Amino acid sequence: MAPFTMTEPILKLSGITKYFGAVAANDNICFSLEKGEVVALLGENGAGKTTLMSILFGHYVADRGEVEVFEKKLPPGSPRAALTAGVGMVHQHFTLAENMSVLDNIMVGTQSLTCLKSKKKTAKKKLSHLMERFGLSVNPNAIVKDLSVGEQQRVEILKVLYRDAKILILDEPTAVLTPQESDSLFATIAQLVKDGLSVIFITHKLREVMAASHRCIVLRQGRVVFESKTCDTTPNALAKAMMGSDIVRPLRQRQIPGKEVLSLEDITLVDGKGKKLLTNLNLTLRTNEILGIAGVSGNGQSQLADLISGLVSNYTGKLKLDSKELTHVSPRRMIKEGVGRIPDDRNGTGIIGDMSVMENIASVTYGGPPLSNKGLLRFSAIATLAKKLVKKFDVRCPSINTPVRNLSGGNMQKLILARELSGSPRIILANQPTWGLDVGATSYVHTQLLAAAKQGAGVLIISEDLDELFQVADRICVIFHGRLSDPKDANQVDRAKLGLIMSGQIASHGRVNGEKNET
Amino acid sequence: MDLMGFFLETGFWMACIRMATPLIFGTLGELVCERAGVLNLGIEGIMAAGCMGGWMWVYLGGSLWGGIAFAGFVGALFGLLHSIFTVYLGLSQHVTGLGITMLGSSLSAYVFRMLLPKATTPPKIIPFQPLDIPFFKDIPFVGEIIFSQTPMTYLAFASIIFVAFVLYKTPLGLALRMVGENPLAVEAQGLNVFLLRTLAVCFGSAMMAVGGAFLTMSAFDAYYIGMVNGRGWICIALVVFSSWKPYKALIGCLLFAGFDAIQMRVQQQAGMAIPYQFYLMLPYIFSIIALIIMSRKAAYPKALLIPFRKGER
Amino acid sequence: MRLEVRESISIVRLICALLMALGVSMAICSVLILWGGASPLEGWKLLIKGALGSRFALSETLTRATPLIFTGLAAAVAFRAKLWNIGAEGQFYIGACVAVLLGTKGVALPAYVMIPYLFGAGALAGGLFLLVPTFLKTHLNVDEVVTTLLLNFVVLLFVNWLVFGPWKDPMSMGWPQSEPVLDSAILPIIMAKTRLHLGFVLAVLSAVFVWWFMEKTTWGFEIRAVGSSIKASTFAGMPVTNTIIRTALLSGGLAAMAGVSELCGVKGYLTTDLSPGFGYTGIVVAMLAALHPLGVVASAIFVAIIYIGADSMSRAINISNYIADVTTAVSLLSVLVALFLTRYRIRRG
Repeated sequence: MAPFTMTEPILKLSGITKYFGAVAANDNICFSLEKGEVVALLGENGAGKTTLMSILFGHYVADRGEVEVFEKKLPPGSPRAALTAGVGMVHQHFTLAENMSVLDNIMVGTQSLTCLKSKKKTAKKKLSHLMERFGLSVNPNAIVKDLSVGEQQRVEILKVLYRDAKILILDEPTAVLTPQESDSLFATIAQLVKDGLSVIFITHKLREVMAASHRCIVLRQGRVVFESKTCDTTPNALAKAMMGSDIVRPLRQRQIPGKEVLSLEDITLVDGKGKKLLTNLNLTLRTNEILGIAGVSGNGQSQLADLISGLVSNYTGKLKLDSKELTHVSPRRMIKEGVGRIPDDRNGTGIIGDMSVMENIASVTYGGPPLSNKGLLRFSAIATLAKKLVKKFDVRCPSINTPVRNLSGGNMQKLILARELSGSPRIILANQPTWGLDVGATSYVHTQLLAAAKQGAGVLIISEDLDELFQVADRICVIFHGRLSDPKDANQVDRAKLGLIMSGQIASHGRVNGEKNET
Repeated sequence: MDLMGFFLETGFWMACIRMATPLIFGTLGELVCERAGVLNLGIEGIMAAGCMGGWMWVYLGGSLWGGIAFAGFVGALFGLLHSIFTVYLGLSQHVTGLGITMLGSSLSAYVFRMLLPKATTPPKIIPFQPLDIPFFKDIPFVGEIIFSQTPMTYLAFASIIFVAFVLYKTPLGLALRMVGENPLAVEAQGLNVFLLRTLAVCFGSAMMAVGGAFLTMSAFDAYYIGMVNGRGWICIALVVFSSWKPYKALIGCLLFAGFDAIQMRVQQQAGMAIPYQFYLMLPYIFSIIALIIMSRKAAYPKALLIPFRKGER
Repeated sequence: MRLEVRESISIVRLICALLMALGVSMAICSVLILWGGASPLEGWKLLIKGALGSRFALSETLTRATPLIFTGLAAAVAFRAKLWNIGAEGQFYIGACVAVLLGTKGVALPAYVMIPYLFGAGALAGGLFLLVPTFLKTHLNVDEVVTTLLLNFVVLLFVNWLVFGPWKDPMSMGWPQSEPVLDSAILPIIMAKTRLHLGFVLAVLSAVFVWWFMEKTTWGFEIRAVGSSIKASTFAGMPVTNTIIRTALLSGGLAAMAGVSELCGVKGYLTTDLSPGFGYTGIVVAMLAALHPLGVVASAIFVAIIYIGADSMSRAINISNYIADVTTAVSLLSVLVALFLTRYRIRRG
């Protein structure tokens, strides 16, 4: 694809610099965008892509540098100014009010607040016109939380189009989509470009860059390290630019799986309203094995993880550890039986932010010797353990008394790994373990998980990122609408087919097939 | 005791609506604050300040309506203070609210004492008189009950319609409701989260203060220290009871006031068979029971109590 | 304007911030004194003199601080677990009622049995009383702020009924008050010719105990963890509901001990004005101490100084003694901001 040439840049960033504490998230970044162009902003997690786009959109204020849109300087720190100037942004974490309707979400802020009447009819008309024109259909009266992730993203895009944006920024738009949904997103982007819009999309997936962009810009450690027309470069060159040279990705080493350590038999979980969250779910995990569970978020992953952690108990079916039945037991019991858990919600669930590194390390095993005795904490033992683990797991913190809230995401995750893996668990449940981490931390997490599997643990990884699963998992299965497909060997499974299962377009080939008519 | 008899008396229904008036103001005020995501536990103190402020205005020679405006202004000032603390700085809404309550109550007591250091009996003002609405008043029974109240009661009913209209029919209301659900969504659409919340808290607090002013300017004719007497807390319970909906708030307030009116009548009739203290407990116990019934399925505004901090990752 | 988390919390900054808060509250209240037609400087001087100027003044201040330490601890413990117990006022009266119930009639136990017995029973009753809203919170999702607040009114009316009705002392010449407790239940005076009683020592010991409990025991650890994040504590396998219940027992018990101490140490009999809002002031005390149990002792004395001092100041310069309530409310708000500034810095842009 060739961009339109001979046009003035409609967007120009010059010298953008932004520090968080002592870390430069963006360091003197310059680039421009032309009309009708699709630019891929490429980089590993933590390279500063999202920060840059947040500055452009006015969520952050840059320490230095300025943004020009249509040759007019954009006042810093004002999403409103960005919107008026024609810049629209679709955030990676959707900014939608879940309990409100699609129309409400699209309309908010589009009329003057002193207006006496919401012009719902006009809005609906304009919206249906837009939906027709770009082939994006959503029911405007639907409540957002009832929509699928793909539909929610459509609402986000419509929100931007509704405001007549000329420049569309998409932050990791495919992170939560199935491969097929991603394809349809790129079709939409092509349509938008044909209509005269320009698009910047942020990603770390090379395939998408090659398929959908005119030009690509690679960020690493807050700097632009590579820029080229997409047709003039290769995935290899891009990968090299993204990674730098110093980080080596851990490679999966095939182990011979041993005996079964965890089995779920015919698990069904129903929520308060009678909706099935997990349906007749079967799963076995063996020692020395990493089993990956793929799927679009909201298909029962968190319920499955909670169930194995012991956080939910109102399910039917059996949960066995080493053929010992542990159905409906508490989290404490699961920990005792040797389940190490890495939660997806790192900040909220994984750590206690206001407490110190030391206290967080003790927060699971404080209940008995050696960390406490007859209800009294033994601080010297806790401190010794904390110091040991901080060193062993390379948690960078000023001291073990620092509140964990002040650590970076990567260090928090290392702390959780330290806490959960130091007891040599027999089963490791890792839910989105590398979500939002930078390259270094990601590869660290993968190394640790691979090492644990090598030493005989059974590892269950739940991830929305297919690439991650292909990188570390031995077997992969898909969760869709609370049903689990039959696991397939990672070397033999086909990405496109996984995608179809993830979106429910082909039924999962599993034991669940028999009960297909039930719902 | 002829309970059924009460319900046929216009006097009972009139008392019911009269007693509901301050609760309507207070509940609506709290509802607006919470809809925008801010719990305002300052309500008790803000009502006290409005109570005192309105009375003082009239006592010092101002007009009754001027007194209401002044009470609203004082309430808005306290609301501004609350929003600086909770909206801009993101401090604990619980503790700040209690602080505002203490400040409001003590400051109005202090000012009252400083104005009238020697008064042994609280001086009186001429409060609002019942205002008959011509024609409507002649509707039998209903007309008498509803259309011969004081102007503040009419104002209370009007403000329910006003709040409901703004919340559900205007762009401002949409933004306010959304800022209590997901402030990020509002910010991403180019609106100022802080400003919206501040506006809601100030407006809500002004309403609370007007509710307090009703006590001195319509229900009674003098100011007593401690006269709000937990009405603010009851309003907070009523907001939960009403599931954050204005019209349901009206029903809640009327139900509550009706219940209060019944207990007063029963108390008069039953004499001393049951000590009066137990009747006085009933409103509080009723509020707790109402909370228990409604809390199970309470759909709190999702961002209630959660401070919004710009650019916090 | 943007807020940024500070990387570390320094003690110097904390002290500076607290002094700043003190200055701000004094400045605001000076305006009020000025409005009353008196000189603020004179006023503050009188306040300090009235609270600390003599042996007797000091004893009065410590006597006033005693219940505040207890209720302050009650609030500090509960707020640490994010259990919003605003019902210390009610629990205070529950404790006092139990002291009357068990301390006026019945067997004349020796004082060394009687006093622990009354404190123990009172604390148990206060704790159990707080369990009601706590169960409503943990099992039925009912917000405890409103329930504990409303229960204060219920308890106060109940006490009102008691002292006007069944418990009214026939010897009181018509005053609404209960019979006095037995002599063996009266807390001994620890400073001759003053009202300062053993309750003060018990309060300080309680503060030390609470500090030890919160910092050194696994139960205290759980309380702190649950208060920081219920989600994370549940995930870490902590018994969250039990922890909240334990917190409620401790908090309600401490508040009730304030009632027992005030009844057996100061008044000797129950009236409806036994507490001039000690339960509510306890919240201020706890917040001024940033919820630290040992800090509670200091902040309770600070608040007591304001109240006792303001009493004599207001008499001397002829302003309303509500100035004390205003001062504590203002210092609560300014300390909140001060503590905030030790954790965050405000940056432009």
